[in-house]
This record gives sequence, C-alpha cells and structure tokens, in this order.
Amino acid sequence: MLQRLPHLLGIESLSREQIEFFLDQAKPFQEFQRHPLKKLATLRGKTVAIAFFEASTRTRISFTTAASRLGADTMALQAEASSLKKGESLMDTVRTLEAMKPDAIVMRHASSGAPHFVAERLEIPVLNAGDGTHEHPTQALLDALTIRDRKGRLEGLNITILGDILHSRVARSNIHLLSKFSVQITLCGPSMWVPREVEGLAPKIRRALCMEEALEGADVVMTLRVQTERIHEPALAPDEYIGGYQLTPQRLRCAKPDALVMHPGPMIRGLEIDDAVADGPQSCVLEQVTNGLAVRMALLYHLVGGPPADAPHPAKD
Amino acid sequence: MLLLIKKGRVLDPASKTDASLDVLIEGERILRVGADLTASGAEVLDVGGLIIAPGFIDLHCHLREPGQELSETIETGTRAAARGGFTAVCCMPNTQPVNDNASVTRSIVERAAASASTRVWPIGAASMGSKGEALAEISAMKAAGAVAVSDDGKPIATARLMRQVMEYCDSLGLPVIDHCEDPSLFVGGVMREGPQSFRLGLQGIPAQSESICVGRDVETALLTGARLHIAHMSTRRSLEYVRWAKQHGLRVTCEVTPHHFTLTDEDVRYDTNYKMNPPLASGDDRDALIEGLVDGSVDAIATDHAPHHPASKDVEFDRAPFGITGFETALSLGLSELVHTGKMALMRLVELFTTSPARVLGIERRIAAGQPADLTVFSTSYEWTFQAAESASKSRNTPFDGRLLRGAPMATIVRGRVAFRR
Amino acid sequence: MRVVEKRQLLSAEEISRTLNRLAHEIVEKSGGAHDLALIGVRRRGVPLSQRLAAAIKGFAKIDVPVGTLDITLYRDDLSTVGSQPVVQSTDIDFVVDDRDLVIVDDVLYTGRTVRAAMNGLFDLGRPKRVRLLVLIDRGHRELPIEATFIGKTIQTSDTEIIEVRLKEVDNEERVVLVDRVP
Repeated sequence: MLQRLPHLLGIESLSREQIEFFLDQAKPFQEFQRHPLKKLATLRGKTVAIAFFEASTRTRISFTTAASRLGADTMALQAEASSLKKGESLMDTVRTLEAMKPDAIVMRHASSGAPHFVAERLEIPVLNAGDGTHEHPTQALLDALTIRDRKGRLEGLNITILGDILHSRVARSNIHLLSKFSVQITLCGPSMWVPREVEGLAPKIRRALCMEEALEGADVVMTLRVQTERIHEPALAPDEYIGGYQLTPQRLRCAKPDALVMHPGPMIRGLEIDDAVADGPQSCVLEQVTNGLAVRMALLYHLVGGPPADAPHPAKD
Repeated sequence: MLLLIKKGRVLDPASKTDASLDVLIEGERILRVGADLTASGAEVLDVGGLIIAPGFIDLHCHLREPGQELSETIETGTRAAARGGFTAVCCMPNTQPVNDNASVTRSIVERAAASASTRVWPIGAASMGSKGEALAEISAMKAAGAVAVSDDGKPIATARLMRQVMEYCDSLGLPVIDHCEDPSLFVGGVMREGPQSFRLGLQGIPAQSESICVGRDVETALLTGARLHIAHMSTRRSLEYVRWAKQHGLRVTCEVTPHHFTLTDEDVRYDTNYKMNPPLASGDDRDALIEGLVDGSVDAIATDHAPHHPASKDVEFDRAPFGITGFETALSLGLSELVHTGKMALMRLVELFTTSPARVLGIERRIAAGQPADLTVFSTSYEWTFQAAESASKSRNTPFDGRLLRGAPMATIVRGRVAFRR
Repeated sequence: MRVVEKRQLLSAEEISRTLNRLAHEIVEKSGGAHDLALIGVRRRGVPLSQRLAAAIKGFAKIDVPVGTLDITLYRDDLSTVGSQPVVQSTDIDFVVDDRDLVIVDDVLYTGRTVRAAMNGLFDLGRPKRVRLLVLIDRGHRELPIEATFIGKTIQTSDTEIIEVRLKEVDNEERVVLVDRVP
C-alpha cells in the first residue's frame, strides 16, 4: 500500500519501491485498453487541468485520454491560445486555472522547475508532463514498463541511450529511473551533448563517443529526438549527425540480436533513426505509446482519486 | 558636537592596533584616540567590549535610483547598508538612465546628501549607456563625484574598448572595474555549469566564461599599466590570473562577495533567491576564494547588493532576474564562515572591509586623530537570525532568510553621527 | 477499535459441502451449461469460482471457463476512502457476449460490490444472462440486488463482520462472525 504522493514532479526523488508500485499498477490499465468499452466512472466528478505551456501533441492527447477514460473531465490550456502570449505570468495563469477548481494539474513547461514552482503555491496535485530539460517522469515510467514487459526485468540490463543527452529531459528521467535498478547505462552522442558530469550521477553510467562501442552488448537502445529548435547553440549539420550517430541497421547489429529499439517520439525519420530500424521487428515505439496511456491512467488514478490525503479512513464494506 | 565612544576594542589594520581604546569624535572628524578618555559635554556611547573598526566600505552595490525605485532607493538601500555596518557604498551605474554623464552622477550625489544613511560614492559607466561603443563622459563624472568606472551588469565589451578606458582612466587616476564574463559562453545560462545544473536541467555557465574575460583584462592591464579591479570574482582560475598579475607588479585588484565564500552551486534548487550573476560556483572555487581572502590575493569583500522587488523574483528560475541583496548579512557571514571557523584572523577580516577596499579607491581608512569619523562597531558573538521580512531594503531576495548567524554589526557611525544602532 | 471473534459459522468441511451443493445447483439451473462461465470477484470470489468449476468438471464432466474480475475501478466509494486502493488485474480470456454468467463472491451485503462487478462485466460486452452466487448472504441490502445461488443466509447486525477465510488466501478454512468492539 503506497502512501499517497502529493505530486509527481520527477523520478529522481522516487524510491525503487514507488517506481515498481506504479509499474505494477499500470498493468490493470494495460488490460483495460483491450476492453471494447473504454470508459470508467472511477474519477467521475473530478476535473484534471491539462496545462501545456509548450507545444506537444502526443503527451497531451495521452494525458487527456487517460483522464477521460477514467471518467474525469478535463480543462485544456494550450500555450498558443493562452494569455501567456500576452505577457501573463505563469503564476497568474495557474491561479486563474485554480480558480476554476480543478482537482489536479498536468503541466508541461519550457522552464525547468516550473512544476515545482506551481506545486509550492497550489493545494492540488501537480503532475509533471515535462519541464524544460529537467524531467519527463511519465516517459521514463512507460519506457521502464515496456522494457520490463519485453525483457521480464530491469535489473542487470545493458541500456544505451543515444543522442543529445545534455538537452533531454527524457534522458535525465530515464537515467534516474534505470540507475535505481542497477542497469548498466551507456550514453552516446556528439560529445558536446554528452557532458562528463553525467558519469557522476550514479554508479553504472558511462559515456561512449563511438556508436559501435556504445551499442555493443546492448539489451535496449533508446534513441532521442534531435532537437532542431535550439537557441544559443551553434547547430550541427544533419549530415554530420547522420554520419556519426544515426541508428542504422548495421549499427544496430552491434547490439544483442533481441535488443529493443525505443524512441520517445516524435521520430525524425532519416535523422536520428533509419526507417528500416524504426519499422523493424525490434522497434517498440507503438507499444511505448499504449503503455504511456496505461501509466498515465495509473498515475491519475492514484494522485487524483479520492479525498485529500489527510481525510480520515472510514470503516470498510 | 562631541561623541565619546568608550570601552571598545579598537581594531585598526592601518596601524595594526588591537587594543582597548576610547575614540573621541568632534563634528565629522576623529579628535583623539586613547585609553580612558574623558570629555565634558560629550555624548557618551558605551560599547561594552565590542569591536570598533574603521567604517566599512562596500565597493559594489546597486541602489536602483534613478529609475528602478520599486526595488530600492538610495534612502532604503543605504539604511540597509548602515544596518550592515557600512559607512560608505559605491553604487554601480546600471540605473535608468545609466549613470554615464555628470548630470546623473550629480543627481545621485544630491539624493544621497538629502536621504542617505551612509556616504554614497557613485561608479560611473565606462561606455555611453554601457553599450560598449563610445566612451562615457568619464572626466565630467569624476568631477561630479565618481570614484571609478564600470559597465557592471555587463563586461566592458571588447579588448579594444577596455584598452581605451584603461588608458583614459589611468590619466584621470580612476580604477576600472570589470564585471568579467564572456557573452558567448554566458548566453542563455542561469547557473554554474556542473553536475547540479545537469541534474536540475538548467542551462549552465562554465567557469571559463569569467576567467576568459579576466585573462583578457589582465593582458590589457599588462599592455596599459592601468589600475584594474575585478568585480565579484568567483572562480579559482580568475584568482590565478589576478595572482599572476600581482606577482608581476600589475595594479590589479579584486573583490569577492559573501555569498561566493558561503554557498556553492550545490545549494541551488529552483529557488530564485539562489540565482545571481556570477552564479554560485563549485566547492573547489569557494575553497580557492577563501584561500585568496586569507592570503591577501583578494583585496576586498564587496556585497554586490542587488535588490529586486518580490514580484519580479517570484517566477520560474529561467525568467527571474539575477541578483540577491547583501548589505545586512555581509559582516555576519564573514565572521561565521571565515573567522569563527578559524580560517582567518579577525584583523584580516576587518582589513577586507576597510583599508583594503579603500586602497582600491586610492584613499585611506584608519582610526586616528584627524581622520573622518566613520566607524563600524560590531560584536563577534551576538547570535541572531536574519529575517528578510525585517530588512531595511525594499526587496526580499536573499538566500539567507532564517539563517542563524553569530556576530553582527551593532552600531554604525558616519560623519560623526550614529547612522544605525541595534 | 478491536475485532473480536463471536462464533464460527462454517467449518472447513461445511464449506466444502456447501460448495459442492452449489455446484450441483448451478448445473441444474443452467439447462445445458454450454455457454456458462463463472466470474470470480477478487479476492475470495476467485478461489471459490475455481473450486466450483473443478467440482462441476468432476461430476458433470463439463469445462466451465473461469474469469477473474477486479472491481476497484468500479467502486462507488472511492471518493471516501483514505488513499487509493491498489488496482489488480481483471483477467477474462473469453468473450463475454451472449454468455450465461454467474458472478461468484464470498459475502453478499449491501450489494454495492455486485453493482460494481456488473458495471465491469458490461464494459466487456453484453452477456445473455447474469446471476449471482454467494457463499454467505448477510442481509442489509442497500441496492435491489439478489443472489440466485446462496450457500447460507445469516442475520447480522451492522457492527458485525463476516470473515470468510479460505486456504488459498488466508491459510485457514472457516467462516467466522466477528464483532467490532470500541
């Protein structure tokens, strides 16, 4: 039985037991996706504010669908349409939402630490759907669920993460999660994007600067999206990236023959990943999406359902 | 007007005096210093064993007037400075308008005369608008009261401009103060680059952003022979350049802020009260700075008091302005972190607040007959908790709210008058 | 608040005989049993449904499919309990449409669990018929729900609790009446 979490802001502060609990709780929701009628009344009467201050399609739809299948109503805020463009501060935007009394906020924001900022100031649970380059906890959970389902376990696996680690919140959340399970983590990408600091984060982490070395013996290969929208940084020409770091079928052969290929999406086919690999037999990208829905339903169920955490526990049926 | 300060322990770095002595003040000057003084008709201030030091000088602060009075004014800023034991503060020119000409300098001096609790010595801009193109009206500003030049908030833009500013200021006898930073390494950054910035997902600024610019400035000082002062120095590498310069006879000095010898980048989470420029540095840098403060490579402790009204800091870390307040905690942090830990002698700490910053400005600071009656009276043992809400500053942006401190300023005397008494 | 055992309602042997009788009743009242399936409600409905299916297989030589249903997500009291109850999996590997279903649970009380179970089943399809089998019916209905197959009917008061202990779950085999004492 898990003590109710007040918020889900990141993986770094979760214990291994808490992570395993959420992975286990995602299972009934995976099964639920196979029902002909995908609508529960579990969170009926609850409202979840979906506040995305940064553009996103898949994560936003995933959270909205998760809330809705649990029977909750959603309140949607999208940055393009919001008064943020008119200079309204984050705090004012959030307080405006709060005044409409949602039961929780799912937020994505371009500034690292924005969900922490909001969580300190509101009374309702905050779920981080991605903050700046800091964390994307639900992505790491759905990735872990996918790996655990396919490989039977997380412990002792060799997992390689490829791409721009420095600017990736997906990389950070995955590194935090996998390092709690004694996974051997190898990071590879253009060296200015794989900082030395990362090796100090947890015991079994290493940097590799050459793809073949990084992929050797890998059980799982996670490819990150190349973020073309980068300010303040000299750009790397696509051909440079492709030549050095694209996940091609030949390079993939350095990994174990049954290695999983994963990508948080959206993929830039022909850049970080070759079409043949993206659509190949080792690719789990669609499973990741389905698992994302299950994980988010499990999290919403646990954080949003029920009365506030300090309500008294009445006698049972 | 006679003021007799009795029963104090006088610590005067200039004469290396450390003794129980009384100080008699007449008007704005010290009349006599001696044991067991009496003076009929004098107001007596019995300080019961507290330290009497020469009046502290802060080489670096922001008073926000003219133009940003929502965050601070000369009146409120200097009141906070007096509470911190400061008798004179040097205010940086990044006001609105920028202090790049005599009329703005004069207006600051006049506002200070009317409302300030301490002396206010303006620092003029090095370039017009601090834009890094044309030279500011430096000699006119000097005539109006400016004691140094700087484009603080930014580095002096190019080596070529730095050379011109140095040559010109040398002829005027003014030190050039540089906020050292390489814009291309700095841009977009919000905290020190390192394991913590990676963990927090915040864009980092490498240490070399500062040291590359310090190196440039030291080379330019070598070229011109002028007086260079490095503002708010925060890294080991920068200190190594300054040491080299001193060893080779260059007139290069530097200052360190209390937050840089107290905190490190590991203390940063998402609280914007830990966001300032230069950012909190690594533990190794902090250790190097403390060594420099002790061995004399660092010339002064300066606060870089940078008030921002609460609403402007109450935003996401990325969007918050850089800066924290610092007047009221500076001495206490110096005592708690440097003296009480045994790293530094008390006389050396006093030197860092008094004679050494005075030397950077080319003036004297001592307790002797005929000297200006600017004194800082403090306790090394008084225990107190700093409460930001009780600060005399208009702003509350400090990481030290609620911090327990041992040692505090107890009275500040400016021009022979008590400007602050606890 | 303590819990005190008042008396034993069924011994292990009595449970066994009751289940056997119920298994016969199911077959008798299901005219052919070829589209029959049992749905065990977690937790204790599950071993009960498995034992019933085994018994039916034994004397009637009919294979009755057994499914497992977790009703946590369908409960109507989730907004009043403390922290969120852990959700278990529902595991029904046959199609529900046109089936003759028997929901199996240990105790029938207010009827809310059965209401939730029916919601869960109807999410999966449209059964031909749904009936209810319980080991104990203790009265105090709050909804219009009745069982077709009842092991034993017991009158209880509100403070009393009936505890069905099964070896698969509790490592012992008996049904007891307990009381809550302040």
